[in-house]
Amino acid sequence: MSILIYAEHDNKELKSETAKLVHAASQIGEDIDVLVAGHDCAAVAQAAANISGVSRVLVADASCYEYQLAENISGLVVELADGYSHILAAATTTGKNFMPRVAALKDVAQISDIIAVESADTFVRPIYAGNAIATVQSSDQLKVMTVRASAFDSATLGNAAPIEALTQAHDAGLSSFVSAELTVSERPELTAASVIISGGRGMQNGDNFALLNGIADKLGAAIGASRAAVDAGFVPNDMQVGQTGKIVAPQLYIAVGISGAIQHLAGMKDSKVIVAINKDEEAPIFQVADYGLVGDLFDILPQLEAAL
Amino acid sequence: MHNVNGNLYYININTNFARNTNEVDMKILVPVKRAIDYNVKVKVKADESNVDLANVKMSINPFCEIAVEEAIRLKESGIATEIVVVSIGTLACVEQIRTALALGADRGVHIQTDAELDSLQIAKLLKTVVDKESPDLVILGKQAIDSDNNQTGQMLAALTNMGQGTFASKVAVADGQVAVTREIDGGLQTVSLTLPAIVTTDLRLNEPRYASLPNIMKAKRKPIETIDADMLGVNLTSNVSLLKVSAPAQRSGGVKVADVAELVAKLKTEAKVIS
Ligand SMILES: Cc1cc2nc3c(=O)[nH]c(=O)nc-3n(C[C@H](O)[C@H](O)[C@H](O)COP(=O)(O)OP(=O)(O)OC[C@H]3O[C@@H](n4cnc5c(N)ncnc54)[C@H](O)[C@@H]3O)c2cc1C
Ligand SMILES: Nc1ncnc2c1ncn2[C@@H]1O[C@H](COP(=O)(O)O)[C@@H](O)[C@H]1O
Repeated sequence: MSILIYAEHDNKELKSETAKLVHAASQIGEDIDVLVAGHDCAAVAQAAANISGVSRVLVADASCYEYQLAENISGLVVELADGYSHILAAATTTGKNFMPRVAALKDVAQISDIIAVESADTFVRPIYAGNAIATVQSSDQLKVMTVRASAFDSATLGNAAPIEALTQAHDAGLSSFVSAELTVSERPELTAASVIISGGRGMQNGDNFALLNGIADKLGAAIGASRAAVDAGFVPNDMQVGQTGKIVAPQLYIAVGISGAIQHLAGMKDSKVIVAINKDEEAPIFQVADYGLVGDLFDILPQLEAAL
Repeated sequence: MHNVNGNLYYININTNFARNTNEVDMKILVPVKRAIDYNVKVKVKADESNVDLANVKMSINPFCEIAVEEAIRLKESGIATEIVVVSIGTLACVEQIRTALALGADRGVHIQTDAELDSLQIAKLLKTVVDKESPDLVILGKQAIDSDNNQTGQMLAALTNMGQGTFASKVAVADGQVAVTREIDGGLQTVSLTLPAIVTTDLRLNEPRYASLPNIMKAKRKPIETIDADMLGVNLTSNVSLLKVSAPAQRSGGVKVADVAELVAKLKTEAKVIS
């Protein structure tokens, strides 16, 4: 059993998903390599080498990997694949983008979004927006899987795994980076935050999201949103929590002016404690909320900020 | 918003004008999946063999609806000339093909099979259609809301050696290139792909229209070709077997609190999630 994990990073920082994937991989086998593909990403490789349980860190540092374009990354991973029984990437937009390409090029299935490892060939994953949980077994020689990081604890830190440089540069020439518009925020990332406060259509407009800021500041929280709030242009797309947005499982999730559609619940119902603030006492969000507060959010939010 | 046009111009002067999409016919292929309607909350069968889809409302997968809409808009704006929709599955999929034709697609292809297929087999079957039809653009949904796989478009791109623009919130075709603005975890990213290329749709790409009654009537006369999946030379056996489908752990219903003071007190002393 030899496992390759694709490191989640932005060339500067290793993201919290990677240590969780190492923990998931340790339930499959003990020989775990981490691949860091990017450009000027030496600090990321150092951070990956620090994760307990990692045998080796492989670094592919080349300009064609800077934006982690799927066409280029999949070429690299396919070239490395033969030495491994399992390849794991986080179920982020990066992992979801290139991993199916790897699977197809290796002529194997991909198992998306696993939330538990039963054995080296049997895995658990949610389907139908998490309304059903499937246990699947793969007989493929190579198992290509994306992992829902929020379902796993982190591996501990305190290792000094050897770092090896790879020289292959796979530039498929099929795509090129044009531009990026990245959200800059001082707050924790949604998928890493232990407290999240999310706003929905009930917030009425983007300016009113400022009502969540003071509370988020006091709780060290990330701010999320429902699809309706994103579609209406209140907040950017990367704040969407749900079946087709980000999947989160913080210690505390506060849903404000969100009705609780199944697609939203799919993204947050594994939170440890859920609070719902909604003026409609029949709103489905109350069925999953540990603490429900019925009332007008415009009255409640200032009171909550003051009480914290 | 970022300056997609400026960047496109930059690309144009650096590429040869091998293909001018305004002058040649541009064909778009849109794979659509018949899936559970998004309003339905699925139940698991008592024997845990699978979910229970008996008498459940089925529709076009919402992301495929967005794909069809995008193709229609490209045709309406004079960029595309023909839209072919393809669906793989049982006889019932013809219903979803007809819906896409009523929305504005020109013709349909139904690849008939009763087998439960993985995204890899779907992608292999779609590749046979791509080989035959030679579309300039294939627009798929990013994800089927039943399997929640999010794989097929990327796999088809790999099998056909095309570039991919996944999770698209904006698609701009010009001069043999497509600029795709993608919804990524950190925000938005725009990539440029040489046609032919694969695009998968995200929620913000467009708002699908409804089919009008005259168009529903017209769609009945549009052609649908039926192909037996077994005749396409694709191995349809999956290496992944479904051992069990169980219901998720239910959250036990919580309590209503009277006011903010009670809420904060409970979060501190009972749930112990804030200090
Ligand atoms: C393919 C597909 C994928 C989807 N993916 C996602 C996803 O990933 N994430 C997601 O969130 N949704 C997703 N959805 C959308 C989902 O179905 C719902 O439409 C959406 O979650 C509704 O958002 P909302 O709760 O903010 O809005 P609404 O359902 O309109 O609810 C607004 C709530 O605010 C309350 N409210 C209004 N004013 C006040 C006030 N002054 N004080 C207190 N409460 C107030 C109302 O009582 C209501 O309950 C998806 C849908 C589809 C079809
Ligand atoms: N049976 C099918 N027939 C046609 N298209 C499909 C089928 N299954 C998946 N697709 C396409 O692939 C997309 C992503 O599906 P998936 O990878 O299964 O999540 C869908 O939105 C469709 O565009």
